[in-house]
Amino acid sequence: MDTRVTKKKLGLKERYAAMTRGLAWDTTYQPMDKVFPFDRYEGIKIHDWEKWEDPFRLTMDAYWKYQGEKERKLYAVIEAFAQNNGQLGVADARYINALKIFIQAVTPLEYMAHRGFAHVGRHFTGAGARVAAQMQSVDELRHFQTETHAISHYNKYFNGMHNASHWYDRVWYLAVPKSFFEDAMSGGPFEFLTAVSFSFEYVLTNLLFVPFMSGAAHNGDMSTVTFGFSAQSDESRHMTLGIECIKFMLEQDPANVPIVQRWIDKWFWRGYRLLTIVAMMQDYMLPKRVMSWKEAWEMYAEENGGALFKDLARYGIRLPKGWEIACEGKDHISHQAWNAFYNFAAAAPFHTWVPTDEELNWLSEKYPDSFDQYYRPRLEFYRERQQAGHRYYSKTLPMLCTTCQIPMFFTEPGDPTKICYRETTHGGDKYHFCSDGCKHIFEQEPEKYVQSWLPVHQIYQGHCFKPGVDPTQPGFDPLAAVLDWYDLNVGRDNFDFEGSEDQRNFATWRGDAPQAGSAKKGGAA
Amino acid sequence: MSTVTLKPYDFPAKDVRENFPAPLLYIGWDDHLMFASPYCLPLPPDTPFGALESAVLPGIYGEHPDFGKIDWSAVQWLKSGQPWKPDPARSLADNGLRHKDVIRFRTPGLTGLKGSHS
Repeated sequence: MDTRVTKKKLGLKERYAAMTRGLAWDTTYQPMDKVFPFDRYEGIKIHDWEKWEDPFRLTMDAYWKYQGEKERKLYAVIEAFAQNNGQLGVADARYINALKIFIQAVTPLEYMAHRGFAHVGRHFTGAGARVAAQMQSVDELRHFQTETHAISHYNKYFNGMHNASHWYDRVWYLAVPKSFFEDAMSGGPFEFLTAVSFSFEYVLTNLLFVPFMSGAAHNGDMSTVTFGFSAQSDESRHMTLGIECIKFMLEQDPANVPIVQRWIDKWFWRGYRLLTIVAMMQDYMLPKRVMSWKEAWEMYAEENGGALFKDLARYGIRLPKGWEIACEGKDHISHQAWNAFYNFAAAAPFHTWVPTDEELNWLSEKYPDSFDQYYRPRLEFYRERQQAGHRYYSKTLPMLCTTCQIPMFFTEPGDPTKICYRETTHGGDKYHFCSDGCKHIFEQEPEKYVQSWLPVHQIYQGHCFKPGVDPTQPGFDPLAAVLDWYDLNVGRDNFDFEGSEDQRNFATWRGDAPQAGSAKKGGAA
Repeated sequence: MSTVTLKPYDFPAKDVRENFPAPLLYIGWDDHLMFASPYCLPLPPDTPFGALESAVLPGIYGEHPDFGKIDWSAVQWLKSGQPWKPDPARSLADNGLRHKDVIRFRTPGLTGLKGSHS
């Protein structure tokens, strides 16, 4: 006689436990410390990994099902966008340059994040943290792929998108995001989560996401909007991981507090500096404006961030160092960054331009305390020069900050008329910084930052030319040789938007009459 | 403070003097921020300081309408932010400039495009 077996189905909670922590075990052939060598040396004390609250109760099977559905929807939109020539529906071909920055500077970071989370997902002793990090690692790889797919359609029609991975390792301005992430990845796993999950994703990510995605919506770019929606549910999971990690460290041992505070200070400042390029994109590169950088900063950083740090005060955590200076910068950094990219437009694979009068007036209105006084005159001067056939390009390489690697264009706190210079000496050599924040970060870990791969210095050391190039030849043009090493299509990927191939093609495809002044050559001086 | 590491951590500094054909000098023009940042130049140490005014700076800053109006006898120099009086006839090295020094110049009376410090 057969015995009837009752099949027991696991409840949701048990099932979750079985498929996450249930898959972990303590090693016996080798001591745990040897198998997980990285999760103690940073000095973070964990007494009970069981106290880790899983930020999002998601198991791998549910993950695949859920993400698969989302991606089917996303690819349907991308396909429809391509079939309907959606690229012609964007507000203005200048907008495409925001997408160029996205594929050049943001998408490679998704890939780096994938690697970083795969690494820490291996190295925590706690299974809960490992599972969360591994899932985020898969998310980041998906984002890298879906962004690349979404933007590949634009790449068929516009310049400056065909070589992003190669540029990421070489082009001067991309050393800023690259060094940011390599700094995080070369820290230990707890610092990595504080840097990426908390300081970047939790505190600052809205400032990246909202302007790009609302900007895309306002400017008729539905494929990017859809990507944004698809990624947004992942982002909320990532943010939850960020705050959980912080609270977990703070609750486990009071000795963790000063370490975490030091990391928050460092990574808030690094993240803030990294976002400078988003500030510029938001104020200058969206033909149809969403909100100013200043307004976004007030809403997402000052209000939301301020409330977060009030909440963390009970653990003994205060606002990050440099917070007030960052808040003061909201009136300035977008204008200063745009000016730098305008100066060095020959050497970056996207276009810059002088805003129209209507756009200048918008900036005056949004920045009543700074724009007319400090920034409008230089833009009007550039326009005059361009209309006279002398578009200004800087041909000399800039001084860079050793820590953030951004050209030293930030001004003194309290005095927007003076560049902020800071320096220190280490091992008999001088090192220079854009701010007290970057100087402080260097002084905490000088051994790390003396290894900075600063693009300008690397060019002068002769490391940025193709093999066989002889810089001692008479008439040697270093800039041309560097652009050749970048594999940048000179005259198509770079220079002013005015007179660019993108501008001409877009007008032709749309059947627009050339605008007044658009016949002016925007090429190199 | 120093980097917290598992093992000894000692790597060569990337930007020491020996790695460059000439020492680096950083130069900025105060109150003229149309030039977004100071510049970085490899300059042979035996270059006379006066060559900056005659040969180096015109190529960098010449496009600015204020540049032609500079009274070079009235220019104020700063080295690492401190007032400094270089001798134009002597070399960069003899003026005490070393690898990765930063100097700035102020041009009294010139405040940039429409007085905007641009």
